[in-house]
Amino acid sequence: MNVMISHLEAHNLTKMYDGSLALEQVNVRALARQVTSIVGVNGAGKTTFLRILAGLDTPSEGKILIDAMEFRPEELRTHCTMVFQKSVMLGGTVYDNVAYGLRVNRTSKQDIPSKVKFALSIVNLNGFEKRKARKLSSGEQQRVAIARALALERDVILIDEPTANLDPANATIIEQSIKESAQSRVVLLSTHNLPQARRLSHRTVHLHRGRVVEEGDTASFFANPRDKRTKLFINGELQF
Amino acid sequence: MSMLFAHNKKLAELERRLNTKEENSLGEDVKKHDVDFVEIVIFTTICCPPMTHHLSRSAITRVQASILIVVVVCGIALAGYAYSSFSVPPKTRLVVSTTTSLYETGVLDYLKTNFEAKYPGMNVSFISQGTGLAIQTAMRGDADMILVHAPTSEYQFLNGSYGVNRKILAYNFFIIVGPSADPAGIAGKSPADALKRIRSAGLNGTAVWVSRGDNSGTYSKEVSLWKSIGLTVTQLRSEKWYLEAGSGMTATLLLANQKLGYTLSDMGTYLQNFNNHNIDLVKLVGASKSMLNVYSAISDNPNNANMTKTNYAGAMQFIRYLVSDEGQQLFANYGVSQYGQALFQPYVPLAMSQSNQTLLGWIHDYAFFQGSECPAQFRYNADDLYTAQASALTWLTSYVLHPSSWATERKMAYWTQSQRA
Amino acid sequence: MGNGEEDGVLDPITEGLIRAIQLILSGDPEVYRITALSVFVSISGTLLSCVWSVPISAVLALRNFPGKRTIKGLFNALIGIPTVALGLYLYLLLSRSGPFGYFQLLYTPYAIIIGQCVLVTPIIVSFTTSALESVDPDLRTLARTLGASSRQTDAVILMEARWGVILAVIAAFNRAFAELGVAMMLGGNIRDFTRVLTTAIALQTAMGEIAFSIALSIILLGIVISLSIIVNLARR
Repeated sequence: MNVMISHLEAHNLTKMYDGSLALEQVNVRALARQVTSIVGVNGAGKTTFLRILAGLDTPSEGKILIDAMEFRPEELRTHCTMVFQKSVMLGGTVYDNVAYGLRVNRTSKQDIPSKVKFALSIVNLNGFEKRKARKLSSGEQQRVAIARALALERDVILIDEPTANLDPANATIIEQSIKESAQSRVVLLSTHNLPQARRLSHRTVHLHRGRVVEEGDTASFFANPRDKRTKLFINGELQF
Repeated sequence: MSMLFAHNKKLAELERRLNTKEENSLGEDVKKHDVDFVEIVIFTTICCPPMTHHLSRSAITRVQASILIVVVVCGIALAGYAYSSFSVPPKTRLVVSTTTSLYETGVLDYLKTNFEAKYPGMNVSFISQGTGLAIQTAMRGDADMILVHAPTSEYQFLNGSYGVNRKILAYNFFIIVGPSADPAGIAGKSPADALKRIRSAGLNGTAVWVSRGDNSGTYSKEVSLWKSIGLTVTQLRSEKWYLEAGSGMTATLLLANQKLGYTLSDMGTYLQNFNNHNIDLVKLVGASKSMLNVYSAISDNPNNANMTKTNYAGAMQFIRYLVSDEGQQLFANYGVSQYGQALFQPYVPLAMSQSNQTLLGWIHDYAFFQGSECPAQFRYNADDLYTAQASALTWLTSYVLHPSSWATERKMAYWTQSQRA
Repeated sequence: MGNGEEDGVLDPITEGLIRAIQLILSGDPEVYRITALSVFVSISGTLLSCVWSVPISAVLALRNFPGKRTIKGLFNALIGIPTVALGLYLYLLLSRSGPFGYFQLLYTPYAIIIGQCVLVTPIIVSFTTSALESVDPDLRTLARTLGASSRQTDAVILMEARWGVILAVIAAFNRAFAELGVAMMLGGNIRDFTRVLTTAIALQTAMGEIAFSIALSIILLGIVISLSIIVNLARR
C-alpha cells in the first residue's frame, strides 16, 4: 500500500491484567511524519500500550483508530510493527532476518534484495548481510531489528526503549535511523531517556500508572510541564 | 489520500471475511480452544520446511543431508536384510510352539534343517517359551502345533479340543546335579532317597537346593518328586535351604553352581553349560522311572474355532517326519559329536521293537492317556499313525531280531498290546 | 583363588570382545542378518512413530485446549512403560484369536515394528514437546509482529527446535534398538526371521553361551555409540 495514513489514535484504551489496571482511559493521537514519544517511569504501562497498538495484545476496553477507522488487533498487525527493548534474532544471517518479514508477506523475489539493502543502509549495516545475526553485538542486533521493521515499509513503527543498555555509538546510529524513518510514517517511541525524547520527538506523552498525565508539543512539555508529576518526573524524582 | 486508504481497507476486510478461519494462536490474550489438528499434521509433515524463510540455505541443506544419510543407512539395512532373507522364494510357514529347555538344546534347529532340506517348500519357525505359555500360544491359534514335555498339560490340550494327533517323539531323563563334594551323599541313590538326604542335610545347614520356581516342565517334575516323598512346595519354601530361582534352566544351574547346591536339570542344558565351563556341578542321580522325561508333538485341532487359520497340513507333515525313520534317527544322533553322548532317545524304534519292556512300561505309566499315546477320540484323519500295521511291523521285526526269545505268550502279549495302541 | 576368580570374571568379557571383532570381520552371515534386522526394525518403528508423534507434540506445545496438561502428563508417564507389559498387551491384540488376528502379523518383523513404534511414541512426544516449549517465546511475538501468520510462526518455532526434535528421535531409536520385551513377545525370536540383537543375546545367555552373548552386546553398544558420535559431529 503506497497510500500513507495520516494519524493513529488510541481512544479510551483500557487494559486489565489479573485484576489491576495496566492502562486506564488512555487517549493518544500520533501523527504521520512525526515521532511521538511516550515517557514515564518503569511500570507505567508504556510497553503494554505499544503492544496493544501493535496488535499484539487486545485491549479490555477502547479502540484503536487509523484515520478514524477502527482496527482490530489482527488487522493492526498488518499495519504496524514493533521493535522490542531486547531484540530477538532469528537463527540465520542478517540478510535472512531483514528479509524474513518480506518473504512472509509475499513480496516478490526481485524486490526483496533492494529493500533489504535500503533498510540496512539506514542503520549503517551494509556489508553485514552474510554475518550470523545471533553472533552480533547487542547494539548491532538492535540495529538489525530496526532494519527488519523498516524493510516492511509499514505505516506505523512502534519502538520500545531501543537504546536502553546500548553504547553511545550504536545509540546514535539508532536515533538517526528513527529520525529518518519518521519521514514517511507514524513513529511511536517509548523511552525513559529524557534527552533522547527531547532530541527525537515532536510530541511527548507522559504516562504514569496507566494514565496519560500530560501530553503536548515536546518543547513546551519539557519547558513548561503543567502537571506536578511531570515536573517530578523530569527532575528524576518521580517514583511509581 | 485518506479516502483511497479507506477504500483499500474495506477491500482487505472483504477479502479477509472470505477466508473464514480466524487467527488461532497462543497469543498473549487470544486464547481459543480450536485445536486444528489436521492442519497441524499436514503442516509439520509437509509444509514446514518450505516455510522456513528465515534460515539460510546452508542450514536447510545440512538438515536435509542428515535426513538423507539416515534414510540411506536405513535403506542399506533394509536391502541387506531383504536380500538375505527374501531372496528365496516364499514358502509355507509352520509355527511350532515349544519349550525353552527343548529349544535351547539345539535339537529343533537341527531337525528343522533336515526337514526343510527334504521339503524345500516348508519354512519352520519355533517359538520357544515356558511350557505354560507355549501351550497357551497354541490355544490361541498363534502356533500350528506344540512340541512339549508335560503330559498333564498335554492331556488338557487334547481334552479341551485344542489338539489332535499326539505322537510321542523321544525321551530322556532328568538328572540331579550337585557339587562334587556331595555333602548330602546322594550319589547313585534313588531320586526319592536323594531328596530326603538333601533335605536333612539342608536342615542341618550343610546343603542347599535350588529350584526352578517357574511353571516349566522341569519344575513340574521337581514338584511331583517332592510330592512323592510327602512334601509340598509351600512347606519347603519356608525352609532356609530351599531356594527358588524363578528363572530358566541355565540361570538356575549358575545359581546352584554359585551356592554349591543341588538342583534338578535336564540333560541337554546341563551338558551345554558343563562343556562351556560355566558350571562345575556333577551328575549324581540319573535315569530311573521317576526321572523320565518324555517329549511329544500335538497338532492344533483344525476344527477348533480359534484355529481355523492354522497350518494343519504342515503340522501333520512335520509330525510324520519326526516319527519317521529319518526323523527318529536325527534324535538319536543329536549331541553325540558335541557331548559324547546322545541327548535324546528316539521313542518309535523302542515302541516298534518292544525290546525294553521295563522302559516301555515306565513310559506308558507316565505319558500314556487311557492306555494310548493318543486316545481314538483325539485322532483326526491320521489313523495310519496309530494303526495295527505299525504293530504288525513291530511283531515281524521283533521276530526277526529275537527269534530265540520268542515265546507264545509273548506273542499274545504283543498282539493284544498292538490292538490297544 | 585370587587369580582363578579374576580370570573367571575377565575372561568372558575379553573373550567376548575378541569374538565380537572376529564376528564382524569374518562377515558371519547370521550375525549380519541379526544386526541388519535390528537396525531395520528399530529405524522403521521410530520413523513410523514420528509421523504422528511430531504433529501431536506441535499441538501440545503450540496450542491451548482443555485437558492439555493431563495429556502431557500421560505421555511423560508412559515413557517408562515396561517393555514386557507392552509386549503382552500388543500380543493379545495381534494374536490370531485377538481383534487384529486377521492380519496374522504376530511373529513377523512387522509386529516388532508396530510394537516398537508404540513404545517410542511417548518418548518422541515428550521430548519434542519439551524442545518446542523451550523455544524463546519472544521469537513467536517477533514473528507475529513481522507479519507471520500463526502457521508461519509455528514454522519458526519448529525450525528453531529442530535439534531438540532430532535428539528426541535419536533417543527413541536407542530405546527401540536396545529393548527386549516387545521384540521377544511379538517377534518370537525366530531364527533368520525375527531374531534381533537383544533377543539373540537373551537366548545365548539362557543357553549359557556367555562369550557369544557378550560379543553381540558389544556390537549393539557399538552401533548405539557410533550413532551418538555421528549426531554430535553433524551438530557442529
